[in-house]
Amino acid sequence: MAEPRVMDIKDQPGFRSIAVICLLVLYIPVLILMIFSLNSGSLVTHWEGVTLNWYGSALLNEEFHSAAKNTLIISVTATIVSTICATLAAIGMTRVKPWRGLAAAFMIINLPLMVPEIITAVATLSFFALIAGTLGLNFGIGNLILAHTVFCIPFAYMPIRARLEDMDLTLEYAAADLYATPWNAFKRITLPLLVPGIMSGAALAFIVSFDDFTITQLVAGPGQTTLPLYIWNQIRRPMTPEINAISTILLLVSILFVSVSFLIARRRAK
Amino acid sequence: MTTAALSSAPLSKAALFEAQAVKTSARRNRLLSLPALIIIGVFGVLPLIIICVYSLLVAAPYGGVQWQFSTDAYLNFLFQRDIFDDTLQFTPDFLIIYLRSFLFAVVTTVICLLLGFPTAYFMATRPPAQRNWWVLLITIPFWSNLLVRTLAIMFIIRDEGLINNALLALGVIDKPITMLYTNFAIQLGLLYAFLPFMVLPLYSSLEKLDFRLVEAAYDLYATRRQVLWRVIIPLSKPGIIAGCLLVFIPALGAYVTPLILGGGVHLMIGDLIAQQFGSGRNWPLGCAQALILMAAVLVALFFYVRNTSGKVQHG
Repeated sequence: MAEPRVMDIKDQPGFRSIAVICLLVLYIPVLILMIFSLNSGSLVTHWEGVTLNWYGSALLNEEFHSAAKNTLIISVTATIVSTICATLAAIGMTRVKPWRGLAAAFMIINLPLMVPEIITAVATLSFFALIAGTLGLNFGIGNLILAHTVFCIPFAYMPIRARLEDMDLTLEYAAADLYATPWNAFKRITLPLLVPGIMSGAALAFIVSFDDFTITQLVAGPGQTTLPLYIWNQIRRPMTPEINAISTILLLVSILFVSVSFLIARRRAK
Repeated sequence: MTTAALSSAPLSKAALFEAQAVKTSARRNRLLSLPALIIIGVFGVLPLIIICVYSLLVAAPYGGVQWQFSTDAYLNFLFQRDIFDDTLQFTPDFLIIYLRSFLFAVVTTVICLLLGFPTAYFMATRPPAQRNWWVLLITIPFWSNLLVRTLAIMFIIRDEGLINNALLALGVIDKPITMLYTNFAIQLGLLYAFLPFMVLPLYSSLEKLDFRLVEAAYDLYATRRQVLWRVIIPLSKPGIIAGCLLVFIPALGAYVTPLILGGGVHLMIGDLIAQQFGSGRNWPLGCAQALILMAAVLVALFFYVRNTSGKVQHG
């Protein structure tokens, strides 16, 4: 090319292709899995045609039902409890003068993010074994709910705190000037402005609980199979496209909740 | 109350009242963090203390522990007690698994950085509307089920998987290449699992990059390569460190990936620990192994804190 190129200062050669490759690498395997969940043949790898039968057989499967029920009980409860705790904590840690121990409290809230999951898993297992052994206490599926709540709190906390920090304080001051009590100012001004943050946090908490495998696998007792555990039990047998169908359902749930959380966050940015 | 007092100090009284209200509400607000702190304290921190204690006890024959002090768990990490003469013999098996995991984690971090940096940079230099789409596309795998994503990799690299089927059909090979249950499979799985963990923090740091500095560098006759190495990369150092840590720590303790793609043959630290609680039936050893992993993580976090606080000082 003879004519001088117009140089974009932000450009770096080759970066575009690497970005595209990254995206392809991330998506091709799951897309293939999704496509093969529509395979009408019963062999996972041999393509024979399109069918939705595997979704039908998955959805009619009793084991799938009980796994889905367990998963929903655990993740919905953990989401509600962790989102409430995270909301309160975010208010208690941003809307106050710095107090002694604030840094420590912040570290405790974020601890589940720093400890590798396998350590959390064996520690929780040991903990429940200990209280079962010494106090004779066993909360059943409550064990899993409590374990999930712990690691859901920081995920719910992050977007709520971010939202609180972005919030325009003048509105609250205006409310106070107009003789709103602190509680009224909170209920009528702060809370409605905080709702998107809370929803975004709840969506993330739900996904991490819904998808969790490591901690659930180690802590779960008999009969406490969740969907990820169900998939794990199935892949050790000869695989059928039914497992691809269930996996696809799980992926679609994640995609839905991530997108919701993302769209709420983006609306805030506008 | 006298009329004088009422008329002379309405303002100060109101101010006093307000200060009082702020103070009590601040104190009350502080208590709002209690539920979260109690839940994480009891069900998150206390269990970590319990495994510290467990690591110093004796294993019960069918899992669990016996309340008897012993440092055997830590000794067993490096030595094996001879059943006949009770001497300790150095056995590097666990050490090898730790070093292997470390190597896997380092390779994962480096390759993720090499792929992730250009990707994040490219994303950060798109027009804002396009940027949002890129972020969403990288975020989806970040939050998607790791087990399912690992399953997808398994699906492709199996002996009857897509790669082998395609190569067989093309006549390139006449016998499937064994990829599943090898070190290669684990490495591939780790890269695939943690790539988004690198891209997202890098992106958030590159997004804030001041391109006037890049422009200034070009004005001073810097080449593209110089701008990249001497301006862009140094400025994005906090993002690079955060990304590397976010990949390195979970990769070091990875459990799902080696479990599925290593087939229980090629262990990493995560599987090794879980095994002590399952078939190994040696909880104290598992706890000791977990704490040794935790120590490695703390060292990594220490370097992170030191590096980032140094950064603040240099402005």
